[in-house]
Amino acid sequence: MEKENKTTGKVVGIVSNLVMVEVNGPIAQNEICYISLEKERLMAEVIKVVGKHAYVQVFESTRGLKPGSVAEFQGHLLEVTLGPGILSRNYDGLQNDLDKMEGIFLKRGEYTDPLNREKKWEFKPIVKVGDEVQAGAWLGEVNENDQPHKVMVPFKMKGTFKIKEIVSEGEYTVDHKIAVVTDDDGNDTDLTMVQKWPVKVAIGSYKEKPRPFKLLETGVRCMDTLNPITEGGTGFIPGPFGTGKTVLQHAISKQAEADIVIIAACGERANEVVEIFTEFPELEDPRTGKKLIERTIIIANTSNMPVAAREASVYTAMTIGEYYRAMGLKVLLMADSTSRWAQALREMSNRLEELPGPDAFPMDLSAVISNFYSRAGFVYLNNGKTGSITFIGTVSPAGGNLKEPVTESTRKAARCFYGLSQARADSKRYPAIDPIDSYSKYLEYPEVQENLETNVGDSWLKEVTKAKDVLLRGKEAMEQINILGDDGVPISFHETFWKSELIDFVILQQDAFDKIDASTPMKRQQYMLSKVLDVVDSSFVFSHFEDVSSFFKEVINEFKQMNYSEFESDKFKQHEGALNELLKKQAN
Amino acid sequence: MESQAFQKVYTKLTNITKATVTLKADGVGYDEIASVNGKLAQVVKITGDDITLQIFEGTEGIPTNAEVSFLGKPPQLTVSDELAGRFFNAYGAPIDGGPEIQGEVRDIGSPSVNPVRRKQPSNLIATGIAGIDLNNTLVSGQKIPFFADPDQPYNQVMAMVALRAKADKIILGGMGLTNDDYLYFKNVFDNAGALDRIISFVNTTENPPVERLLVPDMALTAAEYFAVDKNESVLVLLTDMTLYADALSIVSNRMDQIPSKDSMPGSLYSDLAKIYEKAVQFPSGGSITIIAVTTLSGGDITHAIPDNTGYITEGQLFLRRDSDIGKVIVDPFRSLSRLKQLVIGKQTREDHPQVMNSAIRLYADAANARTKLENGFDLTDYDERTLKFAREYSDSILAIDVNVGTDTMLDITWDLFSKHFKKAEVAIRESLVEKYWKS
Repeated sequence: MEKENKTTGKVVGIVSNLVMVEVNGPIAQNEICYISLEKERLMAEVIKVVGKHAYVQVFESTRGLKPGSVAEFQGHLLEVTLGPGILSRNYDGLQNDLDKMEGIFLKRGEYTDPLNREKKWEFKPIVKVGDEVQAGAWLGEVNENDQPHKVMVPFKMKGTFKIKEIVSEGEYTVDHKIAVVTDDDGNDTDLTMVQKWPVKVAIGSYKEKPRPFKLLETGVRCMDTLNPITEGGTGFIPGPFGTGKTVLQHAISKQAEADIVIIAACGERANEVVEIFTEFPELEDPRTGKKLIERTIIIANTSNMPVAAREASVYTAMTIGEYYRAMGLKVLLMADSTSRWAQALREMSNRLEELPGPDAFPMDLSAVISNFYSRAGFVYLNNGKTGSITFIGTVSPAGGNLKEPVTESTRKAARCFYGLSQARADSKRYPAIDPIDSYSKYLEYPEVQENLETNVGDSWLKEVTKAKDVLLRGKEAMEQINILGDDGVPISFHETFWKSELIDFVILQQDAFDKIDASTPMKRQQYMLSKVLDVVDSSFVFSHFEDVSSFFKEVINEFKQMNYSEFESDKFKQHEGALNELLKKQAN
Repeated sequence: MESQAFQKVYTKLTNITKATVTLKADGVGYDEIASVNGKLAQVVKITGDDITLQIFEGTEGIPTNAEVSFLGKPPQLTVSDELAGRFFNAYGAPIDGGPEIQGEVRDIGSPSVNPVRRKQPSNLIATGIAGIDLNNTLVSGQKIPFFADPDQPYNQVMAMVALRAKADKIILGGMGLTNDDYLYFKNVFDNAGALDRIISFVNTTENPPVERLLVPDMALTAAEYFAVDKNESVLVLLTDMTLYADALSIVSNRMDQIPSKDSMPGSLYSDLAKIYEKAVQFPSGGSITIIAVTTLSGGDITHAIPDNTGYITEGQLFLRRDSDIGKVIVDPFRSLSRLKQLVIGKQTREDHPQVMNSAIRLYADAANARTKLENGFDLTDYDERTLKFAREYSDSILAIDVNVGTDTMLDITWDLFSKHFKKAEVAIRESLVEKYWKS
C-alpha cells in the first residue's frame, strides 16, 4: 500500500489547526501527513485540495509552527490497527494507547502503539491448509479476556485465497506469521494477527444485513419495557444539560447484554471518563462474573483534547466495533456526545470558509450523520454466524431546542428516540426519558413483535401499549385538573391521573445509584408491569379526591420498597403482601 | 527572559482593523507574541508571508509604520512561591507596586492532562451553605459556575465559598471586573487574613476587553504550578466568564469568521472547555477546582454562553430571591452538582441522598400548590402542609446565610419531615426512616 516515493510539501499558511501545505506530487483526499516542528511530528489529514495547495487539519496544537516546515504524506488514510489486545484499553481519538504515554500532561506529537507487541497469545487455528478463504474469514482464535477473538483474513484483501500454510496451536505474538495464503495468480501473502483499516470506510465483510429483530436488554425499565432497542439497532438520547444523559449512558453500558462495549467519550468531560476508568475495573458483569473493564474499550477524546481528533474518535470507535462484529460478537457502541463531533465538523468547515448551512453547521451534516448511523446493524457473516453493533449516541441540543440541526439530522437516522425532558429532570424523575414523546420504531417491526411475544410473554405487547395509554390519559387528566381545579373535576379524573403516576413512579423512575434498583432484568420488568397494571385495572371507592392521592402514595411507597428489594426475596414478598392488603382495603 | 542578541524590527503594516494588524514577515511561528509599538500582540493567522496579529489593547493610534518585533515565544508567566499574596494584570505583570516575580518562566495554555493520569475527585468541599452542601455538594477537582443575573450577590457568595473551602491557594481571575468588585474581593480576603494564600489576575472594566482572553490561562498556569509542583489544593475563581466569551466573539468577528448561535464563534464550546477542563484531581494529592460566574441576560440559560458552559461544567448553581422569606436562596430545582454522587452518603451520612431527594420533591409539590393558589383554587390539607414545609425549608436550609455542618442540615430536614408529613409521604427507604424519623 505504501507509496515508493512519498509526496512532500512545505507549510505556507496557518490558521489555528488548519494548515496550508504546498505539495510537490500527488496526494489523496483524507490522506495522512506528518508535519515536522523541531523534533516533533504533528499528524494531520488532508481535507481540501486547491491546485498545489493541500489544506490539512492538524490533530494537535499548531503553536510555534512556522511557514516552511516540511510535511511528509503517508500514502494512506487515517487507519486503526486491529488485532488481539484491544479490549480494556484506553485510547485517544486516533487510537493512541493513553496508558503508554509518559507524564501527567499529553505531549504533542507523541503517538503510541495501540497493541502490545511482546505479549504471547494462545492461538488455535480454525482453517486448514487448502481451505478457500476471503476477506474477513476466520483463520484462528485467541482468547482475549475470555472472548473468542478471531484472527481474520485482512478486510483489505480482495478476491479468494487458498491457505498455503497455517501455524499449529501455540503461543505467538501478534506480529508472528500465522498463515500464508495464495491468490488465484499464485502470489503468496504472509498474514499476522494484525491488520489495518481506514476508519472512514465501513468494513463490509458480511453476507447480509437484515432488519434487527432481537431485543437488547439494558436493564433500564423505561427503555426495555416501553421503547426497547434491538441488537444491531440505533438510538439517540437528546437532552439539555443536567437531564442525566451521561448517567443513563453509563447505566446502559454497565448493564446491557453485550459481549463488547465501546465507549466513545467524544468531546465530553474528562471526569466522566475517569469515572469509567475508576469504576469499571471494580464492577462485575452480572452475566459473566468478570470485571466490566474486561469487555470494555474506551475511546477518550475529551473536550479539552484537540478538536480534529474528536471528529476521528467516533470513526475509530465504529471501526473497532465493526472488527469485533466480524468475529460474531454482540457489540454495543455508545458515543457521548455526537453534538461535539458535529461541532468539530463546524469548526473545520468554518476555517475552510465554506458557505454555512443552518446554525453555521456544514451543509452535508445530515448526510454525514446518516452515513455514520448506517454502519451499525445486525449482520449474517459469510460463515453464517451473526454479529451486531448496537449504536446509541447522545445529542446535546443547543439551548435544549430539539429543532436544532444535529438533533433533526439524527432523528432521520436513528430508529429509537429517547428524549430527555427538562421538566422531568427538574422534578428529579430520573431517568428523565419523556414517556410520551419517546419512541422505538422497532416496536412496529413484526419480527420484533414476534420475538417479544416468544421471549417475554404472549400479552406483553398489549400490556406495553396499555401502559402507554394510561400515561397519556393521566397527562390529559392532569391538564384538566390544572385548568378546572381539584374539585372542579370528577374524582375519576384524579384516579386516572394517579394511575399514570403509579406507572411513572414504579416503572419509569429508576434509581441508577441503588444497587438493586439500577438494573432490572426482563423477567422482573414483566412481573412488575403486570402487577402495576393489575392495580390500574382495579376499581376503587373514594369519597373525596384527597383520598385518591393519599391512597396511591401509599401504594407507590410499597411498590418502591419492592423495587429496592432483591426480586422475590422475603423483603420483596413482605412489601408485596402489605401492598395486597392496601389494595383489598380500598377495593370496590 | 533571555534577551535576544538580534531582533528584526518590521515597520510596514499592510492592514489595520479594530483588533488586528497584518504585515509581511518571515520565520514567524503560530501563536507567537509580538510587540507592536510597545503593545502586546499575538500571531493568529499566517498566509504565506502575511502575518496577522491580534493586538490585545486594541489598535487605536497604531500607525502603518509601527515598530513590530516578534518575541519568538507564546505568552508566558513566571511562576514561583512568590506569586502568593500578589495582584497581577492580564499579562502577569504586578499591579500592586510590589517587585517582579523571580522564578521559572512557563508558557500559558499548556497541554491537557492525560485522562488516564487523573484521579476521580472524591474530597468533599464543605462550605457551610446548606443549599450547596446538602443539595449540590461540591468536590475538589470539580468545575462549576454560578448562573446569575447581574444584580445577584454572586461575587459575595463566591468569596464566602472560597474562604470557607480551606484551599491551600485561591486564585482569582477577574475579567471585566468593576473596580468596586475588585476592591470588594481584596477587602474580604484581607479581612479574613487570607491574603497570603490568594493570587489575583485582574482585568477590570477600565482595561481593554481583548486582554481578558489571557486571564484564565494566566490564572490556570499559576494554579497548575501549585497543584502539580507543590501538590496543593487550589481553588480558581473566574468571574465573569460571559465577558470572556464576549471578548472571544469580538476577536472572531474582527477576523471575519462566520458566527454561529448568538453571534458567538463556532469554537465557543472548545474554547470554554479548554479552560474548565483544567479542573482536575491529581493522584499525588494536588487539585484544581474551578468556581466560575456566568452572568445571564434576562435569566436566559438557552443563550450560547450559559448553554455551552452547562454542557462543559459539572453542574451549575443558581441563586434566587425567595420573596416568602426575603432572602437569597440557592435554587434547588435548577442547581445541580454532578459530582455530588461521589461523596454524598459516602463522606456524609448514609441518609443524605434520600433526604436530599425527598426534600426537593416535597419542595416541588409546594411550588405546584403555590400555582394552584395563584390560580384561585382551593388547597388540600397536603398542599397546605407542603407550603409550610417549603417556607421553613427555605429559611433554615436553602438561604445563603445558613452556616452549619452537614449532619445538622440532615437533622434539620428530618425535623421538618416529621413536623409536616407522614412517613409514607416522605417515601424514603424504610430502614432510614426507622433510624432517623423524629417522633
